[in-house]
Amino acid sequence: MRFMMMVIPKSYESAAPDAVPSAEAVAKMMKYNKALQKAGVLLALDGLFPPSAGARVSYADGKARVTDGPFGETKEVIGGYWIIQVRSREEAIEWAKRAPMSNNEVIEVRQIHEVPDFPEDVQKVAEGFEHRDVVD
Amino acid sequence: MSDVAKTIEAVWKIESTRLIAAIARVTHDIGIAEELAQDALVTALEVWPEDGIPENPGAWLMTAAKRRAIDALRRGHMLLQKHEEIARELEFQQQQLADALQHSLDEVIDDDILRLIFTACHPILAMEGRIALTLRLIGGLTTGEIARAFLVPEKTLGQRISRAKKTLAEAHVPFETPSGDELRRRVESVLMVVYLIFNEGYTATSGDEWMRAALSDDALRLGRMLAQLLPGESEVHALVALMELQASRNTARRGKNGEAILLPDQDRSLWDYAQIQRGMTALEQAQTLGGGAKPYALQAAIAACHMRARTAEETDWDCIVLLYDALLQINPSPIVALNRAVAVSMVQGPAAGLDALDAAATRTGDSALAGYHLFPSVRGDLLMKMGRLSEAREEIQRAIAMTKNLRERELLANRLKQLEKATLS
Repeated sequence: MRFMMMVIPKSYESAAPDAVPSAEAVAKMMKYNKALQKAGVLLALDGLFPPSAGARVSYADGKARVTDGPFGETKEVIGGYWIIQVRSREEAIEWAKRAPMSNNEVIEVRQIHEVPDFPEDVQKVAEGFEHRDVVD
Repeated sequence: MSDVAKTIEAVWKIESTRLIAAIARVTHDIGIAEELAQDALVTALEVWPEDGIPENPGAWLMTAAKRRAIDALRRGHMLLQKHEEIARELEFQQQQLADALQHSLDEVIDDDILRLIFTACHPILAMEGRIALTLRLIGGLTTGEIARAFLVPEKTLGQRISRAKKTLAEAHVPFETPSGDELRRRVESVLMVVYLIFNEGYTATSGDEWMRAALSDDALRLGRMLAQLLPGESEVHALVALMELQASRNTARRGKNGEAILLPDQDRSLWDYAQIQRGMTALEQAQTLGGGAKPYALQAAIAACHMRARTAEETDWDCIVLLYDALLQINPSPIVALNRAVAVSMVQGPAAGLDALDAAATRTGDSALAGYHLFPSVRGDLLMKMGRLSEAREEIQRAIAMTKNLRERELLANRLKQLEKATLS
């Protein structure tokens, strides 16, 4: 199963549009990223520019309205994410616990929807790998 | 299972491989290493529900394993390598062991994990032993989980693992990374184990569904680990590519009632394009390393040709025929030849495909293809396309008689019905 770990960094909601993390923070993060990669669980990761460089598109009465960042009343914003593939929710949480975060920072762990598993009544289809391209 | 127990299980999945690898560096015996790590886990299961999960669970487990190791040594249950055993006094040995384990924990290095993988996949072991040990020691699966995934009783699986450990110990298989020609042979064995695990999951349609299907993810995880540990081995990246590309079609491979949906009929919007992208990147890496003509790379390249086509009609069959030609050169198996014949029929028409198929059958001798139901099935399909309906019917009937698989028999029976309709009209 796949999980998204979303980083909610402290005071990122009001960070300057060109704010970048410190070299020290980046170094710690790289070490953590490498650990995820070496464990074979990392599928994707990205860091996001602060909300002050972004925009919100809201919808009312069938109309889209655009508001440029930063967004005054929002206290928690996403700074980046990892997508990991693990065997359980607990394992995802354990990985989140190992992330190098500072005081008051938050990682939100959310499972990614998967298309439902095969139905139970499915009979065994014994396929050898070589002819996969014929019968798949 | 309680929440704490679930958390401990999760910690185990993350930490166990490093723990076992670190201990094995000292004990040089992965069986003993695994038992000590297990003992540490048992201690954790007793202590953590009371005291809470420690801050650094990996270090905690290692300390617990170290204590158990020294206890075992004291009771004479464990012997270090022979020369040490003779040369040193017990007390000194204990101190040494403690130091070595402490040191080992401080710097668990990738090489230890690599050694662990090579040892678990040692060719001296039966394939089922290699698979079980790999899932257990590197995949972090419990014996119960492996047993359920492979649809065998837990006891049988436990015996399989004990037997494998015993074989390794009796043969004094060294805990090391091989080099030179031996390295290539051993990498091959590791990749074969990983791919077999993947296929177990990929073809899973019965039993404990989720547990079996999850094997594909476990194999992918192992493959990605290996790509980090052996970044210069092109076939490692190629196998990751092949697995990612095949797994990306997972959702499209089954209909609502579980029936198999063949590649040309799949809804391509259900393919996982992020996963395809990961597969393509891994394939490029294999090719950049100069391994484009090796077996896994060729198979991945064939899969990539299919994945690039937005519709079945857009498939670049010319390219696929060339890739099968190359694959046939290094792996002249009748099944590859059969696949090639299908590709030829897509490029040059059914008659050319039939020629290629019959030529392959002659070349390999009837025996190799004779017992394989896809041979008459493909032959029947080609004859049908050529309008030779009564011959086609005979072949399909032959294929139905040969396949033991219910789903495939259904597919064939449908084709037979179509044929009979066509014959009447």
